[in-house]
Amino acid sequence: MTSVFFVYFAVVSVVSAILTVALRNPVQCGIALLSLLGHIAGLFVLLHAEFLAAVQIIIYAGAILILYLFVLMMLNLKSEERYVHRRYAWYVVGMGALSIELMLMLLASNYAGVKGTATADAIEQVGNSTAIGILMFSDYLLPFEIVGVFLLGAIVGAIVLTKNPTRADLEREPS
Amino acid sequence: MIPLSAYVAVSGILFVTGIVGVLVRRNFIIVLMSIEIMLNAGNLNLVAFADHLQSLGGQVFALFVIAIAAGEAAVGLAIIIVVFRGKIATNVDQINLLKW
Repeated sequence: MTSVFFVYFAVVSVVSAILTVALRNPVQCGIALLSLLGHIAGLFVLLHAEFLAAVQIIIYAGAILILYLFVLMMLNLKSEERYVHRRYAWYVVGMGALSIELMLMLLASNYAGVKGTATADAIEQVGNSTAIGILMFSDYLLPFEIVGVFLLGAIVGAIVLTKNPTRADLEREPS
Repeated sequence: MIPLSAYVAVSGILFVTGIVGVLVRRNFIIVLMSIEIMLNAGNLNLVAFADHLQSLGGQVFALFVIAIAAGEAAVGLAIIIVVFRGKIATNVDQINLLKW
């Protein structure tokens, strides 16, 4: 049963990623990206990461994708005739060859490694989000704070970039 | 039971798709969307290895990656709006102010 779900999520997410890159109309690309994000969330559920699946849906599909669609609507981009670089199209061939080589190497590996203590049963005892929260606010506290400062910087940067200069600003610095 | 290499293969295919999108497309927004595809491929890898190695660190790091992706989308879209409003360019290959 799990493998049926895995094949479904994997195939649909790969197909929608290819559609995101290949479709001509930007709004259709956005919808394909939405499908990709949803199916990646499904893969997260299969990997016992339920909290991350919920976050994926809420933040990616709910916030980031809506931001993209807002900007698409605002800019009124048309689907254009020449929508790919012809000059760079040969990169696709090289990329394909390189990735097939890498894929063969990856499929031959046995992925040995030191196992941690967080088995699926141990996480089930406290719940996935509780376990992640405890780890995030103890071992990963410094990265967490850094992400907070980064998000503040991103907010300020986005506002400063898109602000219309007022008359007073223009008088202060004549250009 | 799904082998880990299957997840890694899906993640690799998604990542290559994203790289091809960044290299080949000319539309700003599609280039940013391709970057989102690549970030998702990385996230999938992190979560798959977190499950395989039975350690939650990968899942916590995937959360951080999602936060970084949100910030990147906000700033990237702000830059796109500035470029469009100033009529500097309509395609990625027309922005060459920093090229020398």
